[in-house]
Amino acid sequence: MIFLQLFITFSKIGIFNFGGGYAMLSLIQDEVVNKHHWLTVAEFTDIVAISQSTPGPIGINAATYTGYTAVVNAGYPQWAAVLSAVMTSLSIMWLPFILMVSISKFLLRHKDSQWIKDIFGTLRPAIVGLILAAALMLMNTENFGSPSQTTFVFIVSVAIFLFAFFGTRLFKIHPIVMILLSGLAGLLIY
Amino acid sequence: MSIYTELFLTFSKIGSFTLGGGYAMVPVMEKEIVDKRKWLSHEEFLDILVVAQSTPGLFAIDMASHIGYKYKGIPGGIVGALGVACPSIVIILLIAMFFHAFKDNVYVEKIFMGIRPCVVALILAPCFSMARSARLNHRNLWIPLLCAALIYFMGVSPIWCILAAGTGGYVYGKIKS
Repeated sequence: MIFLQLFITFSKIGIFNFGGGYAMLSLIQDEVVNKHHWLTVAEFTDIVAISQSTPGPIGINAATYTGYTAVVNAGYPQWAAVLSAVMTSLSIMWLPFILMVSISKFLLRHKDSQWIKDIFGTLRPAIVGLILAAALMLMNTENFGSPSQTTFVFIVSVAIFLFAFFGTRLFKIHPIVMILLSGLAGLLIY
Repeated sequence: MSIYTELFLTFSKIGSFTLGGGYAMVPVMEKEIVDKRKWLSHEEFLDILVVAQSTPGLFAIDMASHIGYKYKGIPGGIVGALGVACPSIVIILLIAMFFHAFKDNVYVEKIFMGIRPCVVALILAPCFSMARSARLNHRNLWIPLLCAALIYFMGVSPIWCILAAGTGGYVYGKIKS
C-alpha cells in the first residue's frame, strides 16, 4: 500500500532529521531512491535543483514532489497523487511537532547542560558525513554521464561541477545563479 | 482578522519569500515576529532557536510551529507550521504536474543535464562550511568520514549513523566525567 509506505517513510525522515535540509538529503535519498525506488537518482537530483530555486524548506519540497510522483508512477489518477503529495508533506511534520511541544520546556531548562553538548559534539560532525555521503551518491553516470560511453557529457559535467563548486565556495556566487548558469550551459552546449 | 488567520498569513508570507530554506528564514522571522508584530520578545525568540536546532525535524517548520505554540498554544503551533509549509506545497505541486508533462521535452532534458552536476557541487560545498560550525578538527574528523563511508560503501542507513553518533557522544561524555 503505497500511501501507507509514504506516510511511514516520511514520518521516519522527519523524526531523524537533525541539522537542516542538506543533512536530510541523505535520509531522503536512502529511503526514496535506494530502498523504495520511488524516484531515480536523476529525478532526485532534479528535485534538489527545483527546491533550491523555489521558496520553502527542501524537506517539504522533496516530500511533496515524491508524494506526487510515486503515486502517479504507480498508476493512480492525478487527484490521488495531489492528495498523496499533501499527506506526504504533513507526514514529515507531525512527529517533530509532538516532540517539540512535549520537550521544549525540558530542553530549555537543560540547554546549557554538559550531556546535551556531548550529544551534539558528535552528532554535528556525523551530520557533515551524512551530507558528504549524499553528494557522493549523486556522483554517478546518471548525473555526470559515463567517461567511456558519453565522454563529451562527462567532460562538460565535470567542468560544470568544478565551476559550481569553486564558484560557491570561493566567489560566494548564489546557488540560484549557479543553477541558472548551468541550466543555460546545458541548453547551449548539448 | 482573527489571530489565527493573521498567524497563518504571516507564516505563509515568510514561507513564500525565503529562498534557500531554513536558516535563511531566521532573520525574516525575527523581523516579522519580534520587531514588527511583537508576538515574542527577543529572548523568547532566541530560546526557540535553541530548541529548533536541537530537536529533529525541518528547521523552518520547527521554528514556525514553536513560535505559534508559544504565542497561542497547540492550535497556534499547528497553524504556524501549516502556514510556513503551505506555499511550498502548492508551488511544488504545480511544478510536479508541469514537470511530468514536460520532462521528456528535449530542451528541458538539456537544461537539467547541465543542472545536475551543479546540484552535486551545491550539496558538497556546505560540507566544508559546516565543518567549521561542527568544530571539526584532526581528532574528530574520523566521525564524518566513517559515517560517509558506512552510508556510501556499506549501504548503512543514515538513521543508524545519527543514533550511534548521539549515543556515542552521550556515553563518551559520561565516561570522561
